[in-house]
Amino acid sequence: MPVDVVHGVPVWRKRNRRQTLLTYLGYLIAAVTVLVAFRFISGQTLWFFVLDAPEQVADLIGRMFPPRWSYTQRLWGALWDTINIATLGTLIAIVISVPVAFLAARNTTPHRVLRQVAMLIIVSSRSVNSLIWALLLVSVIGPGLLAGVIAIALRSVGFCSKLLFEAIEEVNPRPLEALASAGASGGQIVTYGITPQVLPAFAGIVLFRWDINIRSSTVIGLVGGGGIGVQLNASINALQWSQVSVIFAMIIFLVVVAEWVSAKVRGAIQ
Amino acid sequence: MSAVAAPSRTPPRWHPKPAIRNPWLRYGLLLGGLVYLVLAFATIDVNWNRVVQGVDRARVLFAGLFRPDFMSRYEFIQIGILESVAMTVVSTALGVVLAIPFAFGAARNIAPLPVYLVCRAIIAVSRSFQEIVVAIVFVVMVGFGPLAGVLTLAFGSIGFLGKLLAEDIEDIEPSQLEAIVATGGSWFQAMAYGVVPQIMPRFVGLSVYRFDINFRASSVIGIVGAGGIGGALNTSIARYEYGTTSAILLVIIALVYAAEYASAAIRKRVQ
Amino acid sequence: MALIGPSGAGKSTLIRCVNRLVEPTQGTVRLAGVEITRLSKRRLRSARRSIGMIFQEFALVDRLSVMENVLSGQLGYVGFWASWLRRFPAPVVNRAFELLERVGIADQIDKRADQLSGGQRQRVGIARALLQNPKILLVDEPTASLDPKTSRQVMRLLVELADEHGLAAIINIHDVALAKQFVERIVGLRDGAVVFDGSPDELDQVVLTEIYGEEDWSLPKGRGTGQESDQEEGDPVPVGAGESPPSSGRALVVEVS
Repeated sequence: MPVDVVHGVPVWRKRNRRQTLLTYLGYLIAAVTVLVAFRFISGQTLWFFVLDAPEQVADLIGRMFPPRWSYTQRLWGALWDTINIATLGTLIAIVISVPVAFLAARNTTPHRVLRQVAMLIIVSSRSVNSLIWALLLVSVIGPGLLAGVIAIALRSVGFCSKLLFEAIEEVNPRPLEALASAGASGGQIVTYGITPQVLPAFAGIVLFRWDINIRSSTVIGLVGGGGIGVQLNASINALQWSQVSVIFAMIIFLVVVAEWVSAKVRGAIQ
Repeated sequence: MSAVAAPSRTPPRWHPKPAIRNPWLRYGLLLGGLVYLVLAFATIDVNWNRVVQGVDRARVLFAGLFRPDFMSRYEFIQIGILESVAMTVVSTALGVVLAIPFAFGAARNIAPLPVYLVCRAIIAVSRSFQEIVVAIVFVVMVGFGPLAGVLTLAFGSIGFLGKLLAEDIEDIEPSQLEAIVATGGSWFQAMAYGVVPQIMPRFVGLSVYRFDINFRASSVIGIVGAGGIGGALNTSIARYEYGTTSAILLVIIALVYAAEYASAAIRKRVQ
Repeated sequence: MALIGPSGAGKSTLIRCVNRLVEPTQGTVRLAGVEITRLSKRRLRSARRSIGMIFQEFALVDRLSVMENVLSGQLGYVGFWASWLRRFPAPVVNRAFELLERVGIADQIDKRADQLSGGQRQRVGIARALLQNPKILLVDEPTASLDPKTSRQVMRLLVELADEHGLAAIINIHDVALAKQFVERIVGLRDGAVVFDGSPDELDQVVLTEIYGEEDWSLPKGRGTGQESDQEEGDPVPVGAGESPPSSGRALVVEVS
């Protein structure tokens, strides 16, 4: 908090001159970056189409309402599939992510090289969105639930492993010391000392991921992964916007219920 | 190994306590879980012929991963990446600016009830829909291209930042705000001196985090034509050009990792 | 035997060197003729079974039940799958019951360890160590997390149990008065070196100053110093010669026969 002297009168300023300049320079760089990026996007955009956006919106809303509620009858199967994709994908992810996490945690990994392998699995799984995984899988094994389930599982492995291995690294080492001093083997230290400590955290992680997976599985059908997204895609392609609004309502309903269930169960176990 | 001799006649008086005490509930849940699993797996009907065909493709894909082909679609990849980065920058800036009023509006301790309800509703809608669904709607509105992507990501950012910031504002130390109000400051002055300093570090941290999330999302929404690298990825897969596919995947992984790393580093410095 | 000394003197390190939770850089630890410091990983495991250890913050697994915590003292004896399924041999389980009764918490068996009070938790820790059928007890600051009354009860229990089972015990302890009240032999450490080794009676203000530095040491005159119990007669109890844990880079020799 420097004080400058201007015309013989001391003036308080929040920053000194250099800080002020640097701050403004920072703002300038940020502004220029955003402007340059925007110009690039503007160059890629056909503004002619943007101009009639208000009409398009009005048209879209007009077609969406009233929703064709009778269409709901044909969605229950898709809804069931959607839940299954999320749940089975999460279950498969659990099976894979537990060993990966133990390999990745510094205090349980058997070897440094194995730790790097585990980290590689985690990073690649986490960096690729489940929709991209689904695109690849649909191309390889064909459209359907299976592709969706595997895509969800592949994306979730990285998420669950990362959070689990961080939890493992944070366990209280004292009880582990006590077990070791009683002559426990490595496997016994894991089952008696580490598992009880990380189990609640892991259950929370899994439920959280299941909630996220429910959201993802509503759209995975857009690329052929099965579930309600298939109907969404079909309705959009057929320009049946009154059905689309029904599907949107269904998705919101499912997402809200899943979030509620996940929060309730997490509350119950902790 | 055993120092204490093997099984004796007296049965052990102790059994580990089961996690669920009521045996009906315990076995009921177990049975229910099994039935669900069987039913759920039954819904996956696998076209085995198609899967067998897929083995060959999987092999090509995997081979491609080790021989990524950056060159044959160089133009597409380059434009896609530039679009993704530009979309991320603009949408994050736009989203952050737009999220601020929503955050204040959605904080119960500051906003009047009607404003609060409207803001919360918009935030809830924004958070319920996946980016890809929002992208479809925006593509219909403004046509194909990165502008739809920018709007999509900005919309998502409003929900994300609005909700988390609103929670922070609700958690502020009320005495500090009271003190500013007591000095006779106007509403804006009270916000600027009583609220903003308290939430600033979190605000910067969340914005940087959202930048990271927007970048990840920007690689996907291209699938429905909202710009970014996703479009090129989609095309390469549709044409079975797996060399290009793996090149794009590698670029995505590298960039996502870099963005995450940078975001974590900045957040650490701010907090 | 009690080990006293200022924080950082190397008490905990010394005690952890005995069962190699900390690897000594130099020196030897010999227990009943076996040189612990030379054992392979596998043999160390079985050697650790005969060294019971009791910890400062109890080191219980919070989310396991009291019984499971006590039974974990037997992990060195049972195989992985048996322990995973909680199938411990019946005599072991019976013994665990007896020990829990002896330390006075038999009614808490199925409670989770984190539901107990500090004194009760330390009793669980003691039962766990004794279930190992140890030949020696290592006790690291058993009373540091307890109030004065519970501290006395726990120390008394420890000393009684060591006596009942004929065990030597090395006790790290901060509280000099408590040490003087309960043990037969006191070793003072300072900066990783032994500066005192003698009976509680010999531990006077001069020695305390040597161990801890200048301070007014006038203690409220402790009751018995010749007191109740301790190790077996004729047991040439631990620590000797080489005097220092590895932190100071000098040689460590701990011998227990």
